[in-house]
Amino acid sequence: MSKHWLTGGARIQTIIEAQDLKKTFGEIRAVDGISFAVKKGEVFGFLGPNGAGKTSTMKIIACVSPRTSGKIQVLGMDPDCSPAEIKMRIGVVPQETNLDPDFTCYGNLFTYSRYFDIPPDAAQQKANELLEFVQLQEKKDVTVEKLSGGMKRRLILARALINNPDLLILDEPTIGLDPQARILIWERLKLLQAKGNTIVLTTHYLDEAARLCDRLVIMDNGKILVTGSPADLVKQYVGNEIVEVEKTDEVISCLVANNIPYEIIGDSVQIATESSREVIRILFDHCSPHKVLTRPATLEDVFLKLTGRKLRE
Amino acid sequence: MHPFLSLPRISKRAWKVWHRNLVVFLRTWKVNFFPPLVEAFLYLFAIGMGIGTYVKDIGGIPYINFIAPAILAIAVMNSAFFECTYGSYVRMYYQKSFDAMIATPLSIEDVIAGELLWGATRSVIYVIIMLPVLAAFGVISFPASLLVIPLAFLGGLMFAGIAMCFTAITPSIDTLNYPSFLLITPMMLFSGTFFPLTLLPVLFQDIALAVLPLTHLVAVMRMLTLPAISGLLILHVIWITLVTAIFCIISINLMRKRLII
Ligand SMILES: Nc1ncnc2c1ncn2[C@@H]1O[C@H](COP(=O)(O)OP(=O)(O)OP(=O)(O)O)[C@@H](O)[C@H]1O
Ligand SMILES: [Mg+2]
Repeated sequence: MSKHWLTGGARIQTIIEAQDLKKTFGEIRAVDGISFAVKKGEVFGFLGPNGAGKTSTMKIIACVSPRTSGKIQVLGMDPDCSPAEIKMRIGVVPQETNLDPDFTCYGNLFTYSRYFDIPPDAAQQKANELLEFVQLQEKKDVTVEKLSGGMKRRLILARALINNPDLLILDEPTIGLDPQARILIWERLKLLQAKGNTIVLTTHYLDEAARLCDRLVIMDNGKILVTGSPADLVKQYVGNEIVEVEKTDEVISCLVANNIPYEIIGDSVQIATESSREVIRILFDHCSPHKVLTRPATLEDVFLKLTGRKLRE
Repeated sequence: MHPFLSLPRISKRAWKVWHRNLVVFLRTWKVNFFPPLVEAFLYLFAIGMGIGTYVKDIGGIPYINFIAPAILAIAVMNSAFFECTYGSYVRMYYQKSFDAMIATPLSIEDVIAGELLWGATRSVIYVIIMLPVLAAFGVISFPASLLVIPLAFLGGLMFAGIAMCFTAITPSIDTLNYPSFLLITPMMLFSGTFFPLTLLPVLFQDIALAVLPLTHLVAVMRMLTLPAISGLLILHVIWITLVTAIFCIISINLMRKRLII
């Protein structure tokens, strides 16, 4: 049974609820005791460096990989007990493209519809609608091998929608897309959300996450570091603005002397602050900076601050 | 009971996987219908009429009539075996089709069961195309030979199950060559196909009957096409059925172990 609680008179349904979820591959702890809840109608993001455990989590939700331990309910059901019932109502965009090369674009959608027991007439109409939805109607009769990478990604999104899912699980849906196609997908996802769909997605594009997600988690090493709305996270972990100054010994010693916390990124020094005016005043009065730049703090600053700057192997 | 022998839960959705493969097959039907025809002719000319000129008959049966059921049995074996080794491996590993399917209400058990059913269906199709050729040469008798069609399904399922076990454990597509060379080729020669089992030393006869599935399939095929039906037919069919059940069950469990991680 799914849980309900009252908020401002409206009944909010929990679509996914996970408690102390774990997934191990031998020695590797891919998901290491995470808890989260996704509410009906929200876009919920999973961010994190390579190997953080995002895909492992998506696969557990999508009922294709069993959890090692912990609890999870998807649409009020347990993936271990009712996988077919859950999968009937979800749509999945996997990280790895797995379209059927033996079929055309249309054929892929039509063949997939049969796995969901969709009657042929309805499937035909739906497939055509979806090709239009992702703007691939011109490629209808082209075999998928002849599509570009971005077109394949769009077709996979269409495929994930064939069964009118209540919940969408998108693992890096916009990977390899050009800016136009990404904007198209964003717009489509917003449309789906407006229709009441719940969307769980992972992405490495932090601007995308900030734009799309109502709430998100940042994961690292199988654990959730923080949960919240993009704006709240930025405010809480970085502040309002970032002042960037060209790195010189003079600037650094000056910042230390004035007790201003900073971070060195490449050849620039970054200072996160609530009020850039104050920082800039101090800089110009005491530190004789070369180049100074002020910009709003972003999710990327939060991400880098929490997960560090080292490359993951 | 050993976990690999536990009964997998299969739903009728397995037929959707079968259907997908059928659609792909039928789309290239011209290419697919050619090999069985050619193969039937090749065997009949090269072995039947070539060797048949020297070996007139075996135990009173014209040589070409003796090998006709073997041609069918070998076709059953090859079509199901190669479909469920190379064919299934390509769909599983290169095309990621199984991954895509298990993201739908299909379970991995349904997917593998569908592949096995399809492998058996390939055998049936092959045999149905070969039968008219053999009939035209007058080397099989009707109506008993029509029973070869359901038998092709059973025999096909047996070889599909055996093949899928190899597919489930093979580290790469290259290592699938081993079962083809070490199992399928010897079986094709030593299962009472082109010469009677009784020509082999007794020990080898026993081994062939005990472990070479093709032996039993050829025996039943021959009883049906000559026809020369005896009570032994039941025993052969029971052997085939048991082996089919065991390998199909094991293959599904092995595949689950390989793919659900
Ligand atoms: N099938 C597997 N067998 C063994 N280890 C695995 C398997 N799948 C994932 N892992 C390991 O689990 C960890 C988490 O992987 P996962 O794919 O969930 O990361 P991710 O957050 O999706 O990364 P990326 O951003 O690169 O997609 C990694 O250390 C990975 O090596
Ligand atoms: Mg991933």
